[in-house]
Amino acid sequence: MRILVVEDDKDVAGFILKGLKEAGHVVEHADNGRDGLFLAASENFDAIVLDRMLPGGVDGLRLLETLRSQNNQTPVLFLSALAQVDDRVKGLKAGGDDYMTKPFAFAELLARVEALTRRGKTEAPVTRLAAGDLEMDLLSRSVRRAGQKIDLQPREFRLLEYLLRHAGQVVTRTMLLEGVWDYHFDPQTNVIDVHVSRLRQKVDKPFPTALIHTVRNAGYMLRAE
Amino acid sequence: MAGGLTARTGFLGPRLARARAHLRRQWWLLMHPRTLMRSAGVRFGLIYAALFSACALALAAFLWWSTAGLLDRQADAAINADAQGLVEHFLDGPAVLAEIIQERLVANINDDAIYLLTDAQGQPVAGNLATWPAAMTPDVSIAELPIDRAGVHGFARIHQFVLPGGFHLLVGRDVQGRVQMRRILGDALLWTPAIVLVMAILGALVMRGLFRATLSEIAATASAVSRGDLTRRLRLSGLGDEFDRVAEEINHMLERLASLMDGVRQVSNAIAHDLRTPITRARARLEDAARSAQSEADLRAAIERAQSDLDDIVKVFQALLRISEIEAGARRSAFARVDLGPLLFDLAELYAAAAEERGQTLAYQIPPILPAFGDRDMLQQAVANLLDNALKFSPPGSTIRLEAKSVAGRVEILVADQGAGIPAGDRKRATERFFRGEQARNTPGSGLGLALVAAVATLHDGELRLEDNAPGLQAVISLPAPRAVPAAKRANAGKAGVGKMAAGRTGAGRAGEPEG
Repeated sequence: MRILVVEDDKDVAGFILKGLKEAGHVVEHADNGRDGLFLAASENFDAIVLDRMLPGGVDGLRLLETLRSQNNQTPVLFLSALAQVDDRVKGLKAGGDDYMTKPFAFAELLARVEALTRRGKTEAPVTRLAAGDLEMDLLSRSVRRAGQKIDLQPREFRLLEYLLRHAGQVVTRTMLLEGVWDYHFDPQTNVIDVHVSRLRQKVDKPFPTALIHTVRNAGYMLRAE
Repeated sequence: MAGGLTARTGFLGPRLARARAHLRRQWWLLMHPRTLMRSAGVRFGLIYAALFSACALALAAFLWWSTAGLLDRQADAAINADAQGLVEHFLDGPAVLAEIIQERLVANINDDAIYLLTDAQGQPVAGNLATWPAAMTPDVSIAELPIDRAGVHGFARIHQFVLPGGFHLLVGRDVQGRVQMRRILGDALLWTPAIVLVMAILGALVMRGLFRATLSEIAATASAVSRGDLTRRLRLSGLGDEFDRVAEEINHMLERLASLMDGVRQVSNAIAHDLRTPITRARARLEDAARSAQSEADLRAAIERAQSDLDDIVKVFQALLRISEIEAGARRSAFARVDLGPLLFDLAELYAAAAEERGQTLAYQIPPILPAFGDRDMLQQAVANLLDNALKFSPPGSTIRLEAKSVAGRVEILVADQGAGIPAGDRKRATERFFRGEQARNTPGSGLGLALVAAVATLHDGELRLEDNAPGLQAVISLPAPRAVPAAKRANAGKAGVGKMAAGRTGAGRAGEPEG
């Protein structure tokens, strides 16, 4: 994946670049808005990690608005210290696909960037999702594993659907809260873990191999071995 | 000269000097209209004067026209009635008419009647006019003209009648009185604006003085406050007038400012106190690892622990920022109609599983539709915080209740647990930032949860009540019910709600139980 990182802080940028490279991505870096806009407009990227406050006269919002006005639909993840709800709304309104606040955990950033690149590709509506011997029919809202029907609660269905849509990627707890429950706060109780463990009881326990894996210090991943 | 005056008048000196200075200033102001117009009092005075003059002029003009018009109409009516009779008598012959005219002239006490009858040759036959007025040409039927009769100059309104046999008859009334009245009225009209203008300027100066007196105190208070004295308040005159209302509002605003400032001060103290501790811990851990870790595994473990310490600190920061964001009230612009029914049900579903995992039961009773007006995210987070607390402080085997209902124009969300509760004495302070009760000291948490809930409730013009659940804590978020919706909308909402769920939702949060 080719990823552009527009971030003016040297240490933060270095940290992100190193991490993304280690995860197997090709990374370009711009340390100001002008260069960032030039790179983003002139080359093809699968995703852009964009800081909001940038030197060089072009801030993150302006950069993105300019990019979108040129009909460039590259997925953009805002990474900003501006953490108020209104800032987030502004970022998403300007055309951002996701918004993360600093300080951040790299695992979260990586998971979200990879989710974004995936989102960019699927354009046609999907009616069927599958991983290994697990199949989900989105029209009849039914789930089967190895031919055997699995009964799921509506919320469990949506949780599994989210995991399936991001199969092979790390999905963090925050992503699940936002994507499945549409909550934008951090519960202090381990509510997500409980729901994932219930889902596992139905999807993994009766079968010889597990599909839903826990990724240490990050979250979960649905993966067929 | 001023010095000499002061010396002579002794103790009256300062007062006199002040009065003179005042007069001088007023005079200077009158000579400098631009400066004068900068005073709101003078402006209001002048606007009032302009309005007043316009009204006075309009009234005078109306008076003038209606009086003059009435007199004209009266004169015309009298002339017509008079002429009617005379023309009838002409049928008996010109001589009879001449006699009648003579009789009428004698009987005319007011001496304002004017008659002239001429024969075919234009010679006067009867009447009190010596000659035919030159302005009265044959084609004029009504005219106003100066006349001379019996040596008296006058002004008359005259009608001309043509009679058979070449006779002409003029009948008229002397209207000299009306002309005089017109002049008096006209003079009055000219003087009115001048007098009104003088009065208005005086009035404007008086108003300016009154304004100054009232506003100078507001200005003084405001500047004292901006210099940092937040305890200053405006004095109320007790009259309950507009100025009192403004003063009340300003005082109210100052109260709010002061309480916000208090909040900021409290937070910065709390930050100094409560954030230094985890930062110190993380720092100590890293330093200790750097100095004395024996293996790479030790180092990694220390770093990971420090990392999670830092994450906790970040969480506290975020909660703090969120609370001040809420308290600043900026989020009110994002308010919308929210149906608490599904919102609470989703939360109940989310937490029921977690409660069961801990051996607790989450029992909930939520109406299918419970309209409210507010910020969806904030309300979700507030209730989630209460549920987090309830789960955290409840022993295994206990029941946590989540209930919502609308009572007496309010919407109430209740979360009750059977934990240790908060002692009555601590309940007031429990919503302060960083407050942690005795029981809470040993549990993880920042002491910001209830502060956020209280801030959310306040943002929604509601309140957070902490009550005794005997045993345990019962927290109630009480919000004002939303304003009524148009009937059509409500009917639709009702239908959609009924379609989805039958008669409210209750549950005991057992996993796998079919619900929703």
